[in-house]
Amino acid sequence: MEYLFFIATDTEPDAEPERDGEVQAWIEEGARRGIRKQGHRLRPVEDATTVRIRAGDLLVTDGPFAESKEWIAGFDIVECENLDDAIDFASRHPMARAGRIEIRPFWPTET
Amino acid sequence: MNDVRSTVAAVSRSDWGRIVGGLIRLTGDWALAEDAAQDAFAIALQRWPADGIPNNPAAWLTTTARNRAIDRLRSAASERTRAKEVAIMESLEHGSGQDIEDDRLRLIFTCAHPALPLPARVALTLRTVAGLTVPEIASAFLVPESTMAQRLVRARRKIEEAGIPYRVPPAELLGERLGGVLAVLYLVFNQGYSAVARNELAASAISLAGAVVELMPREDEARGLLALLVLQNSRRDARIGVAGELLTLEEQDRSLWHRDEISHGLALVPPSDGPYAIQAAIAACHARASSAADTDWDEVVGLYDVLLVRSPSPVVELNRAIAIGMRDGPDAGLELLSALTLDGYRWLPAAQADLLLRAGRTSEAVDRFRETIALTTSDLERADLERRLAELES
Repeated sequence: MEYLFFIATDTEPDAEPERDGEVQAWIEEGARRGIRKQGHRLRPVEDATTVRIRAGDLLVTDGPFAESKEWIAGFDIVECENLDDAIDFASRHPMARAGRIEIRPFWPTET
Repeated sequence: MNDVRSTVAAVSRSDWGRIVGGLIRLTGDWALAEDAAQDAFAIALQRWPADGIPNNPAAWLTTTARNRAIDRLRSAASERTRAKEVAIMESLEHGSGQDIEDDRLRLIFTCAHPALPLPARVALTLRTVAGLTVPEIASAFLVPESTMAQRLVRARRKIEEAGIPYRVPPAELLGERLGGVLAVLYLVFNQGYSAVARNELAASAISLAGAVVELMPREDEARGLLALLVLQNSRRDARIGVAGELLTLEEQDRSLWHRDEISHGLALVPPSDGPYAIQAAIAACHARASSAADTDWDEVVGLYDVLLVRSPSPVVELNRAIAIGMRDGPDAGLELLSALTLDGYRWLPAAQADLLLRAGRTSEAVDRFRETIALTTSDLERADLERRLAELES
C-alpha cells in the first residue's frame, strides 16, 4: 500500500532532539529497503501561499490553509505492506520525537 | 424449537468469532464475513426445526456461512469487480479451514489495533469476536442504533482502507500491543458484568483472555487480567439482590460464590506488580475471606498502596480509603475521603455514607445518602437506595 507521511512540528516535542545526520540515515534506510518513493523538506509556513476560487474570483492569501501552532515541515511517499510496517518506518524518523507524523493512505487509482 | 434456539445460541457464543474470523482470513472483507455468518445462523433457525439439528452444528454453520459468502459475492459481482471477486471465491472454495484457534486471536488483535478509536475497538470486538448484534451493542453503550452501526462501518472501512493487517502481530510487536488488547477485553467484561442479563459477555471476555494467556504465557499482566476476571465473575450469582439491586461485597451471600472458579482464579494470580496483577491480588484477598470482617484488610491496603504508585487515579484512592476505614476504623477512612474530589461520581458519597453509618453518625450519613441518590442514573438502584434511606430515617 502507498502512504503519505506528513512530517509535522509539535508544540510538545520529546526532550531528546534530532541529531545530525539522522534524517539522512532514515532516507538511506528507505532507499535500501526500497520503500521510500520520494519526499522533501518544505520551506517554513511563512513562505506558504493559499489559493481559492470563490464565485469565480481568484483569492490569494498569505499563509497555510489552517491556522495552527503546528505546521507541515516535509513529506514522504512510502510503499509498505501494511499500516504496521508504515507505523514502524515512521517511528524511526527523528521527527517522530521532535514533532509528529501523520500517515495517510493514498486513494487507490482506477486500474 | 427450543432445542434449536438454545443450540443456535450456544454455537453463536462459542463459534461466532471463529466463523467470522475464518471468513475474514479468506476474503479480507469484514462486512461480508459478518453478513454471511449472520445469514448462516438465520438459515439454521429456519431449517433445523424441520431437518433436525446436524451432528456437528458448528461445522454446519461454518460451511453454510462460507456458501453464503460465495452467494453474496456472486450476486454483487459486476463486470468491473469480477477479477477480485473471482480470486476471493477461489480462496473461499479452496482455502484452508485450519488455523481455527488463530483466527480468534487474529480478530482480537486486529479489533484492538491502536489506529482505531477506543469506542470502535470495543464495539468491533463485541460484534465480530463475541457475536453481539448491533442493537445489543448500541443498548449496552446507550447510543442510538444508527450511531453504533456508523461506528462499526467506519472502523471496518479504516481497517480496509488504511491497511490495518489482519493478524496476530509478530513477536517484536506483541509486547506493545498487549496492553491495548487487555484494556479492550476488560471493557468487554465490564459491559457484561454491569448488565445483569449479559453474563455470556463476561464469559466470552474470560475465554478470550484465556486465549491471550496461552499465546503469551510469560506475560504477567495477561495472566493478571484473566485471574481478575475469573475471580470477579465467581461472585456473579451473589452480587444482585432480590429487587435486582447491586450488593456490596459485605452484603453478598458468600456461599453463592463459585468455589471451583475461585480456586482456578487464585492459582492464576501472578506474583508481580502490574496493575492487573495487583487488582487480581486484591480480588484474591476478598475471595479467600469468609466474611468482610474476616478479610485481611492490612494486605488489601498494602496492595492499594502499590496500585496507587503503579496507576494512580482518584478511584484507586477512594478504594484505598475504604480499605483503610475497614482496617483502622471509619474515621481514618472518612478523613482520607474528605480530601478527594470526584465530581458526579456516586461511589464517593456512597462510601462516605457507609463509613458514617459505621461510626454511628446517622444524620450525616443520611445527607450523603441523598447525594448518592441524586447521582444515581439507574431507576432500580435509586429505588433500592431510597428504601435504605427510609429505613435509616425511621
